[in-house]
Amino acid sequence: MSPLGSMRVQRWTPLSVGSVAVSVAVLVLLAFGPALFSPNVIDKLTTLFIYVLLAITWNALAGYGGLVSIGQQAFFGLGAYAAVRLTHAGMSVYPALILAAILVAAVSVPLSAFMLRLRAGEFAIGMWVVAELLHLLVNLDGLIQGETGTSLIALDAYSAVARRALTYWTALGSMTVLLVLLLVLLRSPTGAAIQAIRDSEEAAASVGVRVLTTKRVIFVVAAFGAALAGALWLSTTITFQPKTYFSVQWTAYMIFMVLVGGLGTFEGPIIGAVIFFLVGTWFGADGVWYLIGLGATALVFALFLPRGLWGWVDTRFGLRLLPVGYRVVAGREPPAVPAIQTPHIRS
Amino acid sequence: MPEAPLPDAPVLEVAGLAKRFGALVVLDDIDFAMRGDEAIGIVGPNGAGKTTFLSVIVGAHPPSRGTIRFRGADVTRMPAADRCRRGIIRTHQVPRPFSGMTVFENVFTAATSGGGAGRDEAYQRSIESLALCGMMGVANRRADTLGLLDRKRLELARALGTNPVLLLLDEIGGGLTDAEAGALVETIRELRHRGIGIVWIEHIVHVLLQVADRLICMDAGRIIADGRPDDVMADRTVIDAYLGGGAG
Repeated sequence: MSPLGSMRVQRWTPLSVGSVAVSVAVLVLLAFGPALFSPNVIDKLTTLFIYVLLAITWNALAGYGGLVSIGQQAFFGLGAYAAVRLTHAGMSVYPALILAAILVAAVSVPLSAFMLRLRAGEFAIGMWVVAELLHLLVNLDGLIQGETGTSLIALDAYSAVARRALTYWTALGSMTVLLVLLLVLLRSPTGAAIQAIRDSEEAAASVGVRVLTTKRVIFVVAAFGAALAGALWLSTTITFQPKTYFSVQWTAYMIFMVLVGGLGTFEGPIIGAVIFFLVGTWFGADGVWYLIGLGATALVFALFLPRGLWGWVDTRFGLRLLPVGYRVVAGREPPAVPAIQTPHIRS
Repeated sequence: MPEAPLPDAPVLEVAGLAKRFGALVVLDDIDFAMRGDEAIGIVGPNGAGKTTFLSVIVGAHPPSRGTIRFRGADVTRMPAADRCRRGIIRTHQVPRPFSGMTVFENVFTAATSGGGAGRDEAYQRSIESLALCGMMGVANRRADTLGLLDRKRLELARALGTNPVLLLLDEIGGGLTDAEAGALVETIRELRHRGIGIVWIEHIVHVLLQVADRLICMDAGRIIADGRPDDVMADRTVIDAYLGGGAG
């Protein structure tokens, strides 16, 4: 009836098919890491995977969901704490890391009922308060011995070589699962609804988005990711001291990675994590100057590249490596369903 | 979708509706009913409570008193999102686009959320809504790059994406040229033809009268006239409300 029939929605482009194929190839190659790389490289890559996990989940929460939290260390610390508790109860270490994250995600559901009623700055600071509260509660546990902390003694069951490889694989697997989970979530209609809430909560509700339910999905996924990162971090450092894990520096790192890479883009935080990792590798030993350098870098980005590296690429070239968005294009394929001729009510 | 009521049954019934913000009475005991095939214009001086009336109907604000029934069901306490899913949608006087998303994604979100459409149906409905509002050319633009006119069009396109039964329009004609207003009138007529009930607040009365077959005048939170457009425009209380109580 009209040229409308020739319009269609494109999600995959040759570029995004290629990027996903390359990403899969890289992940498969990384899976053989313990056979290919030196122990030092394995340790470094494990750290990088945890950084990516932190960056992509904070970006999902803040960049896509508009829920800027400076209290994600609550879940990071709780994840590590739960892993300590589970292994103390006799559970094998690596399954305990995963189960710890699942338990923390379950805890975040009732927590969301309170926190998601807060808006903007109130939510951001409120999450920090939650982190401090959880920190104090964990300190009360006799097993932890206050700020003295404890160790993941159960790791002694593994040889150094096996431990290094298992931790590496668990981190790689966790990062991959979260990447896929977020890609699927953000590509779905729920992903569109999440972004709508970020841009205008009232308008989103007025077009039928169930605001609280939708926010809860992203809040719980972000809690799960941070908890998983915390549990994995524990398996790399072995010691658990509450003030280290419940420190706001973890959220500061997440913010740094996401702002430098590109808030609200899928690719950006991964790039941000790589940059943060490289900077830490090269300058991390420089103590105070390293932190000053991080702060200065964040400042320069905020001033001159407010949408981060990938945000700049996106604005400038319209490049999308991963197929999260929608493009309407003219095409020969017929539409999947006939055009709506009449409304669904009365004739 | 609930079953369609009989043609003569009111699609929307409002009884004893009041809204106060603190001591300020914005809506004062409003009774109102409309059928699903009507196109109703609402006029009235600034501050008459027109926009608040729409906000309370869609559930953006809870009423202080009174009931709202939509297609026979009491929706007075129903959340805004659920009312939208039942078929009530409004456009905003000051457009509220999802600014970080493309124009298409704005409409697509409405089609999958309020419209309850599956993916393919939502694609189709979104494209059709955009075409009807003359927005296919900007479908892939980010909404925050749009000018005011396109933002207003997007309000309408997004509302249509939800496949509404009742469409509440809040001053979407303001600032349009005569040609643009003419195109808008054609679009609204097309929507009526498709069986969508219309309530339209507009200050540009001659545009409104090209579509409305019933006119309501509000003043100080009350409906002061309700009837055929010619009769309402000639009504003494309406003229007084617009020109100030002392006129004539």
